[in-house]
Amino acid sequence: MNQIENLKLDIAAKFGNSEIKLSTSKVGDHVLDCPKNMSQALLRYLKEYAGYNFLMDVCAVDYPIRAKRFDVVYHVFNMSTTERLRIKVQLSEDESIETATKIWKGADWFEREAYDMFGIIFDGHPNLRRILTHHQFVGHPLRKDYEADRQQHCTSVMPIHFNNTPEQAGDQLDNRFVPLNIGPSHPAMHGTLRVMAELDGETIIRANCEIGYLHRCFEKMAETHPYNQVIPYTDRLNYCSAPMNNIGYCKAVERLLDVTIPPRAQAMRVVLCELSRIIDHIISVGTGGVDLGALTAFFHLFTYREKVYNLFEKLCGARLTVSMTRVGGMAQNAPDGWFDDVLDFCKEMSDGIDEISRLMIDNKIFIKRTQNVCPVTAENAIAWGYTGPLLRATGVSLDLRKSNPYYGYDQFNFDIPVGSNGDVYDRYLVRIAEMRESIKIIRQQCKNMPDGDYTIRDKNIVLPEKKDVYGNIEGLMNHFMLVIKGLRPPAGEVYDATEAANGELGFYLISDGSANPYRLKVRPPCFAIYQSFPEVVQGAFLADAIATVASMNVIAGELDR
Amino acid sequence: MSEENLKNQIVGQTHAQAIISAEDELSKSVMFATKLDAIAAWGQRNSLWPLPYGTACCGIELMSVMGPKYDLARFGAEVVRFSPRQADLLLVAGTITEKMAPILVRIYQQMLEPKYVISMGACASSGGFYRAYHVLQGCDKVIPVDVYVPGCPPTPEAVLDGVMSLQKMIKDRTPRPWKENWKSPYEINETTVPSSLTTMLK
Repeated sequence: MNQIENLKLDIAAKFGNSEIKLSTSKVGDHVLDCPKNMSQALLRYLKEYAGYNFLMDVCAVDYPIRAKRFDVVYHVFNMSTTERLRIKVQLSEDESIETATKIWKGADWFEREAYDMFGIIFDGHPNLRRILTHHQFVGHPLRKDYEADRQQHCTSVMPIHFNNTPEQAGDQLDNRFVPLNIGPSHPAMHGTLRVMAELDGETIIRANCEIGYLHRCFEKMAETHPYNQVIPYTDRLNYCSAPMNNIGYCKAVERLLDVTIPPRAQAMRVVLCELSRIIDHIISVGTGGVDLGALTAFFHLFTYREKVYNLFEKLCGARLTVSMTRVGGMAQNAPDGWFDDVLDFCKEMSDGIDEISRLMIDNKIFIKRTQNVCPVTAENAIAWGYTGPLLRATGVSLDLRKSNPYYGYDQFNFDIPVGSNGDVYDRYLVRIAEMRESIKIIRQQCKNMPDGDYTIRDKNIVLPEKKDVYGNIEGLMNHFMLVIKGLRPPAGEVYDATEAANGELGFYLISDGSANPYRLKVRPPCFAIYQSFPEVVQGAFLADAIATVASMNVIAGELDR
Repeated sequence: MSEENLKNQIVGQTHAQAIISAEDELSKSVMFATKLDAIAAWGQRNSLWPLPYGTACCGIELMSVMGPKYDLARFGAEVVRFSPRQADLLLVAGTITEKMAPILVRIYQQMLEPKYVISMGACASSGGFYRAYHVLQGCDKVIPVDVYVPGCPPTPEAVLDGVMSLQKMIKDRTPRPWKENWKSPYEINETTVPSSLTTMLK
């Protein structure tokens, strides 16, 4: 709290008392309201003097009834104090705002997305074109006056294009080089990514990526569904580790509601999270091997993934998209003996990790293909907004489970593995080491499961149990009221982040007191990471670019939402 | 009986005999053609080479189908080809968005005959629960689909069942009017850049 007081005094001294207001919301988020003309100076000040080195998210919010219709919202994060700050700038429909790309490189795609979804013009942004919707799309879909199901058909494919630089326009191809299109239907592009490159022999002169091939309108769907019905949509964000998205979303809603879930629910969530982290890294390491030509590792690792599927199936009946959490706790209790099964799995898995590290990490071919390939420095990684294993591979030890612990992560004995030079090899090393740490956490948690209820019993938040609904009038009434009225968090907003398998998964949730979220912005970890791709692979070989895409573990579901 | 009648009778007999022997020949050739078709169908249905068009969550379940536990290879479909020229079964696994639709059609057009399509999951079959501005409401809006596999995502067993249904269709030579009457919804070769983009790039 002291730091925030200091910041308040500093800002008052530097920018004057009246213009910029720092306030703390009911749920404890610090918010800076800033006029449009001072936003650039404020952001620069926050980064360079106040130590807010991460730009986590840039997004917009539409309030059609307000005179100044849009809010542009920046979320920044201070790594040393682990404080977050939200900066809000109001804009009317015909106004534009200066770009933050000159301060953080990582603002690039976030601003393009705000332009695509809301039509906000960022002055000075070098490539302000559509990013998620197709190039023939007319209008801005996340504005409140755009109907959720108004489809616009796309009839052509975007030709090869690159990012504009001061020297060169992006749509002008250089005839000295070979233009090459990879994807989206290409095995190395995982089905939905598209990479375009200009090659001189094998060397990449320019590269670019086109995304949006899996833009499923998650945020618009969230605005048109009640809070609990959004949970199945969150499953399909990062579908390789679906429970983590459920938990991230429910945690945000619970924080807005200001409820604490019971210890058993927290413990179940920790176990689910860590199991998901393991199976996510399995996909990442396995398909990474496939992209480099090592099919064996994939088949071998997939047997372990099947084992986790079996555990999930036993827990709730679903394999991949489990939707096991509810706002206020879990959907149901774990069956008897489930945690023993999890412990058995841990034993098998730790043997499996040893095998896989012998198969890949010690493999000469694998080392040659990945070591010193497309390294990223820690400084660059922070500027791009890297989080998760990729940031830790550069040597920065940042993990929300340690820095901003939730669900009792501070009680566990585990380490944060870090790499040294941020190349492709280090990323796999970090992932494999993280799998071991996850097993450690699961073991500690499963041996020490708290008893008690698996959900809170607030009749305005959680549906009553079926035996009460069918058994007594009060239960029936509560069920009826909650279904008809819906879960209604108080008006307000919250940004809440969890450490997902790929990095910081943030949910920025705004409630207007109704049964549907007013706005739900997801801060997907691989969105920030993947935007650095053109710069990272420049000058590398084409085959190295494939290795880089694989190591970034770009999951289209959360990338495009 | 006059001589002429007798002659007629003899001619008549020979004529009838001739007809019978001709029919015999015909029936033999029909039988031969049937056998050939059946052999071809047997070969086709037991060596489907799938092109896994996995775009989303279903793509991950498709990995399970291919993976060691469920092993699609047992049904002769293990040779996964990412080149449409080498594949005869398009497995659409995952949401097809408006942006993706022209690419899906192009991939389908590049496949050689005989070709089949399985639509895996709710999104590919109908758009699923994404009734949204950027999601195609089922891939059958743009390409002809032979088998729909329900589920979100379908279990691997369901996908195996879908493949077996398709094998039965090939065996029975089920007529496929959706395929025969299909026309591409797009002119794909158009490479025009919209003016808004060119001005923006400049």
